[in-house]
Amino acid sequence: MKKFHCILLFAAITVSIFTGCGKNGSDAEGTVSTDGSTSMEKVINILGEAFEQENSNATFTYNPTGSGTGIQAVLEGRCDIGLSSRNLKDEEKEQGLIETVLAYDGIAVIVNTENPIENLSMEDLGKIYTGEITNWKDLGGNDGEIVLIGREAGSGTRDGFESITKTEDVCKYRQELTSTGDVITTISGNPNAIGYASMASISDKIKTISINDVEPSEEAVKNGSYIVQRPFLLVTKKDKKLSNMAQKFFDYSISGDVIEIIQKAGVVPAYQEE
Amino acid sequence: MKNKKNIFEKTVYSIFLILGLITIGCVLLITIYLVIAGIPAIREIGLFPFLFGKTWESTSENPSYGILPFILTSIYGTAGAILIGVPIGFFTAVYLAKIAKKRVKEVMQTAISLLAGIPSVVYGLVGMLVLVPSIRSIFHVPDGASLFAAMIVLAIMILPSIIKVSITALDAVPKEYEDASLALGATPIETYFRVSVLAARSGIATAIVLGIGRAIGEAMAVMMVSGNVANMPKLFESVRFLTTAVASEMSYSSGLQRQALFSIALVLFLFIMLMNATLNFFLKGKKERK
Repeated sequence: MKKFHCILLFAAITVSIFTGCGKNGSDAEGTVSTDGSTSMEKVINILGEAFEQENSNATFTYNPTGSGTGIQAVLEGRCDIGLSSRNLKDEEKEQGLIETVLAYDGIAVIVNTENPIENLSMEDLGKIYTGEITNWKDLGGNDGEIVLIGREAGSGTRDGFESITKTEDVCKYRQELTSTGDVITTISGNPNAIGYASMASISDKIKTISINDVEPSEEAVKNGSYIVQRPFLLVTKKDKKLSNMAQKFFDYSISGDVIEIIQKAGVVPAYQEE
Repeated sequence: MKNKKNIFEKTVYSIFLILGLITIGCVLLITIYLVIAGIPAIREIGLFPFLFGKTWESTSENPSYGILPFILTSIYGTAGAILIGVPIGFFTAVYLAKIAKKRVKEVMQTAISLLAGIPSVVYGLVGMLVLVPSIRSIFHVPDGASLFAAMIVLAIMILPSIIKVSITALDAVPKEYEDASLALGATPIETYFRVSVLAARSGIATAIVLGIGRAIGEAMAVMMVSGNVANMPKLFESVRFLTTAVASEMSYSSGLQRQALFSIALVLFLFIMLMNATLNFFLKGKKERK
């Protein structure tokens, strides 16, 4: 008799567990796949984590490939949302892609901590990178040949920097490194080096330079006074409807609720109250 | 009973055959894939401009895809690494195999094995943090990331394989040879260099070939210390190797640029094949003449 009760109880528990599950499952399970810019890694991962916490049935994936590849991936339908740290080209828009600004990223111009230079004009910055100015003393600094550190061809940061400073294809790099970390390490080891990196990854191992007397800061990026900046975009396809979960993530990312989360990643959220 | 044994033999035989075929299949697959992926860009660019073009600007408005700087850099870099690494490795091997006391030999061999086990990214990191700044201040150049830095890192990286293989070759020299030499009145040092080394020379040559193979194929460590700009090679200039040319641009590449990267990989592959074949030919030739 006792045994029978036991079984009954067990059955009841089992049933209740299953019905419980059924109720929670009313939010359909879904995945959100993103693909693209490695510069956006920090911000998109932090958003993805927060989104997963709020939606227990959601699975968020991010594939760090690069802006070009990310855009290509959306076009071919290999991911839900593409991530690009440069504006879409006209030919890409013609293929039916739409861009939505998620945030703005300031690109900081960085030098070694021993470098006395505090400020550069946009013009001088361009001249430095095209090799017209080759010595720091011409800018009022120490006597030393300027060592230009850049990123590899195809990098979003390089593309952003060169297009903002209008130095595409003419930069006389001394080193082309493949990650922001390498750039920072190299500059911290060479007193005459100058380079650029996403504002989000600045550390106190190096020194940031003001451009046209504006220090790189969140406010300066947002109000446009700091000019070395670029957008972080969510790229979607016009004629293809996002899955429910992907749409939810999309709306979530550009909503006002995530301003603090995006700020945590060191970039400036694009959301503006209307 | 005999039949059963036969079946067993045959099964084992075919299992081994299949395992062997898997290995060969991998080589074939990679070769075929590289050829298929590498040919289109060469066709589009043209073999001559591709191999002998002096400028590589893969992402500019009017891209140019000339890989001569990479080819020369790879040759110079490997040659430099061999020039620095082989003497050190060779003399270390002779010392450890013939002269060193047993305790010393044990400790040093452990250390060398340890050197062989260090991942290449660590070599690169140490090179970046220590070697590159030191080159900058010692040679008074604006920046230390250069062909020279890459040569030094590569030289250190090939040391373990050169030393280990050479020691094995030297240890295998029959003791009678040395005894005979000593009995004829040669000093120990004379004996080691005139008899032992001579007898072990094909093994030592193999060690050098292995070293060359490792040096020319290394990408990660080199990428971190060589600066990666597609200049024609100069000792204290920033340079890009064949390997790093593929590795540094692959992640963001598209279109013809990507295809050209596969073509570089194909060139590198053929390069290594050709070099191995030539070296093997020479080594074998020597043996037969003997």
